[in-house]
Amino acid sequence: MYSQGLIGADGRTDETPEFLEAFQQRIDAEDKIEPNDAMPEGYRRTLVRQIGQHAHSEIVGMLPEGNWITRAPSLRRKAALLAKVQDEGGHGLYLYSAAETLGVSREQMTEELHSGKAKYSSIFNYPTLSWADIGTIGWLVDGAAIMNQIPLCRCSFGPYARAMIRVCKEESFHQRQGYEIIMTLAQGTDAQKEMAQDSLNRWWWPALMMFGPHDGDSEHSDQSMKWKIKRFTNDELRQKFIDATVPQAEYLGLKIPDPELKWNEEKGGYDHGEIDWNEFWSVVKGNGRMNRDRIKARRAAWDNGAWVREAATAHAEKRRARKMAAE
Amino acid sequence: MAVYNALLELADDHLVLGHRISEWCGHAPMLEEDLAMPNMALDLIGTSRTLYERAGQLEGKGQSEDDLAYLRGERDYRNCLLVERPNEDFAHTMLRQLYFAAFMHPYWVAAQQSSDEVVQGVAGKAQKEMAYHIRHAGEWVIRLGDGTEESAARMRDAVEALSIYVDELFDSSLAAQEAEAAGVLPSRADMRAEWDKTIAQVFDEALLAFPEVPFAQSGGREGLHDEGLGHMLAEMQSVYRAHPGARW
Ligand SMILES: [Fe+2]
Ligand SMILES: [Fe+2]
Ligand SMILES: [Fe+2]
Repeated sequence: MYSQGLIGADGRTDETPEFLEAFQQRIDAEDKIEPNDAMPEGYRRTLVRQIGQHAHSEIVGMLPEGNWITRAPSLRRKAALLAKVQDEGGHGLYLYSAAETLGVSREQMTEELHSGKAKYSSIFNYPTLSWADIGTIGWLVDGAAIMNQIPLCRCSFGPYARAMIRVCKEESFHQRQGYEIIMTLAQGTDAQKEMAQDSLNRWWWPALMMFGPHDGDSEHSDQSMKWKIKRFTNDELRQKFIDATVPQAEYLGLKIPDPELKWNEEKGGYDHGEIDWNEFWSVVKGNGRMNRDRIKARRAAWDNGAWVREAATAHAEKRRARKMAAE
Repeated sequence: MAVYNALLELADDHLVLGHRISEWCGHAPMLEEDLAMPNMALDLIGTSRTLYERAGQLEGKGQSEDDLAYLRGERDYRNCLLVERPNEDFAHTMLRQLYFAAFMHPYWVAAQQSSDEVVQGVAGKAQKEMAYHIRHAGEWVIRLGDGTEESAARMRDAVEALSIYVDELFDSSLAAQEAEAAGVLPSRADMRAEWDKTIAQVFDEALLAFPEVPFAQSGGREGLHDEGLGHMLAEMQSVYRAHPGARW
């Protein structure tokens, strides 16, 4: 029902060279594309895939952090973590709504997540093993997300760009809060310092992997750049992240677990060791420690909640019928 | 000391219930509830923090909110039994919330007249929050009670399971009685009429009946709990207790 007016949404529209050319001109002129505007089918599909993945990442991301809500070591931290996880759920909700403007329903996207057809950020397939991981996730994972998402505030698709503006504000709050948790640990007892370092050791490389494969190996990059869905390449964003994060770790007295990390005066950035791409692809393919548990937990929430959703629908139906009978 | 103990009872009610709701986080039946339940948990935990802090001040031994929350064991916790009941399913969770909020709302309204300024302050904020909890949980009790056959059966199970914990809400411990006599806290028994009215209204629409309760459970105010609270506290306090004296 959302798809009328979307060129190609039903696969029937001809994408003539003139149409594609006119569309590209709008993009180049930094025009925002809105849901009812004509758009190439590939553009629509790319956005559905990307926004859907982003939404799923917010939702699945609630699980590793939710794992520590009941153990947060102070009431202040417990409240802040609850609020953070709630924010992530809110991000999921805006993003599903943005994707719905392109003609896919939230139910459909949810089913694709549960069946394994849709992906989410692999970072959430790593387990949270200590309280420090809550700090590290805020600092590095929200930090990396911001690097990815700030350019998306200027994405050519209007609803996505607008959702990102609101989301980015909250993500940067999460990043600061996470850093503050780690700072407290880094200035704490020996055991707390060790907890912080151990956590950084486990999350550093997966955080770098969040930017995706090297530019040469990234299948969707070129077209997305041309359509201004993406503004920087994976490697550019990764470099920015490293350059911003290394001094933060140094300030805390924590050691980045990369012996090859070195300042490169000439390029004005850090050189770093090679990412273990076997691990990256392995986790993407489903072999991360938590892949199965994450999907199982999401599916269980969905399945166990089915009777609640059915009851809500049935009740609304009864209400409507009673109201009609009364009129 | 009586006021200190009475405030702890109240703070424990809020923390324990807030903790229970927070256990749903990421596992709610729909995304909208994954946003609504943390709101309620945050309200409750927020109130508990103010109350712990105030209790600590009045005691005057330098105990912080975290000392009070994290270093007392299950025999020291003074919450009523209703709030520690496990989540079970969404019907139980919403009914537990409704029962508690239907009590706390008039309680906080009355506590706005407290002789203690901190209690007055928290009461003003908390009564608004409790009005929202009544609305939110009450709407769900209605939807589920008058939804499908399955949801109605689950709702009736929840009523059956939780109604035996209601009377304890209205009992004042000796500490509470002293705090009430001193004008710090309102009398719990005074909330019964309002509670009955709220529940009757919701149950009427939800097609539910409040059952006869031949034997009501109590004991929470003396630290006599169900077996579940010890597990909840063991989990909640694990990190804090593993690192004595650490700052977080
Ligand atoms: Fe987020
Ligand atoms: Fe995000
Ligand atoms: Fe975030």
